[in-house]
Amino acid sequence: MIGIVNYGLGNVSAFARIFHRLNVPFCLAGTRRELETADKIILPGVGAFDWAVEKLHDAGLAEPLRDLVLGERRPFLGVCIGMQLMAERSDEGERPGLGWIQGEVERLNGGPTTMLPHMGWNDVLVRFEDPLFEGLHEAPRFYFLHSFHVSPLREQDILATADYEETFVCSVRVGNMYGVQFHPEKSHESGVRLLRNFAQL
Amino acid sequence: MLRPRIIPCLLVKDGTLLKTVEFGPGKYLGDPLNAARIFNEKAVDELVVFDIGATTDQREPNYPLIEELATECRMPLCYGGGVKAAEQVEKIVGLGVEKVAISSGVVDCPGLIKDASRRVGAQSVVTVMDVRRTSEADGEVFSHNGTRSTGLSPTEFASLAEEQGAGEIVVNSISRDGCMCGYDIELVRKVREATSLPITALGGAGSLQHIEDLIKALGIIGAAAGSLFVFKGPYRAVLLNYPSETEKDKLLSRARTQIQNSSDRPSV
Repeated sequence: MIGIVNYGLGNVSAFARIFHRLNVPFCLAGTRRELETADKIILPGVGAFDWAVEKLHDAGLAEPLRDLVLGERRPFLGVCIGMQLMAERSDEGERPGLGWIQGEVERLNGGPTTMLPHMGWNDVLVRFEDPLFEGLHEAPRFYFLHSFHVSPLREQDILATADYEETFVCSVRVGNMYGVQFHPEKSHESGVRLLRNFAQL
Repeated sequence: MLRPRIIPCLLVKDGTLLKTVEFGPGKYLGDPLNAARIFNEKAVDELVVFDIGATTDQREPNYPLIEELATECRMPLCYGGGVKAAEQVEKIVGLGVEKVAISSGVVDCPGLIKDASRRVGAQSVVTVMDVRRTSEADGEVFSHNGTRSTGLSPTEFASLAEEQGAGEIVVNSISRDGCMCGYDIELVRKVREATSLPITALGGAGSLQHIEDLIKALGIIGAAAGSLFVFKGPYRAVLLNYPSETEKDKLLSRARTQIQNSSDRPSV
């Protein structure tokens, strides 16, 4: 059962619809009890960093997530802000992140004429073979909508990068925990395949 | 490499799909949900849905329809129409919509953009400028479905939107609405020079060539179109359509080659 963290942010119903279509059991998890029934967890999210941190703490879900994901090593996928929350802190806000991955969240660089947010379909360059990206093209395209990105301290945590004025990290993996900066729930067939791969881990 | 976005734009009034010309009375087209399904199957880059009755009729956004559209779309959805309060923006994003578009609200509701951006992030707050070419050199921005002048020029409106914390600007040419004679590229270029926010052009596209011309001129841009993707043929028969992956690849590749070949290429 996939638990989609329901803390008031992120396109929860888009994930739900995709899993429904794939015949993968899922639940919307807004409490510790609901999270505990999930053997894999997805943390969606859009919006500003501090807002997301507050929402997660207000929902009382930060601790249960730590217990299940860090403690019990249940497979985890952070999406967009959900990935950024895995970091220690963000340039976008004041609150600390979950600190599950060494590194910070930084603003996308570029010249004075760089348009932000990074908005649209871009190629994802996967660094090494991983079950999350199985069956996809060599450089699959996904939809991005963000101005900040995670900068992991450890090279080995980097799973994929993308190019927008600079090369930046758009996917990480630390053991049982994955993060993707792009939106698989809004990336047509590439996204559906990635989510199916996650469900089949 | 980031691709320019090609975006169908649907107009809704009283829950029904329609299409206008120069913001005049609309021609009935059918069911918006069915249209969303079809565009979903065609794997469009994004979908924009504007409720053009909401502000003038002073109604709340049609939340049930918005929710249905959001759960249908496996691509990003932008909704606009009747949004006057940050709570509405938050609610709409909560229903599963990636971006909320605000038009009349930019001028009528000071603080709205700022508050909305704080809650849902700037990337989800889009401002729409409806521009009519007038005696003013650059045209004027109108609100309320093209019935009220805001007194602002397009570049003034763009600066205001950026200052207020919006994440994207849609430049909509009222004069070109439904004409299918090409985008008002000069208008969009002026706005591009006035802001570093991502821009989407709307109004005038009648063929994929027009989209190619827009991208050649302006590089990374959103190319939105209503008539082009809902009508077919000289008699404007209703037929939802969108370029295939191959057609899109070719169009983008031709446009990019032109950009690379030209000596004063725009910043991408």
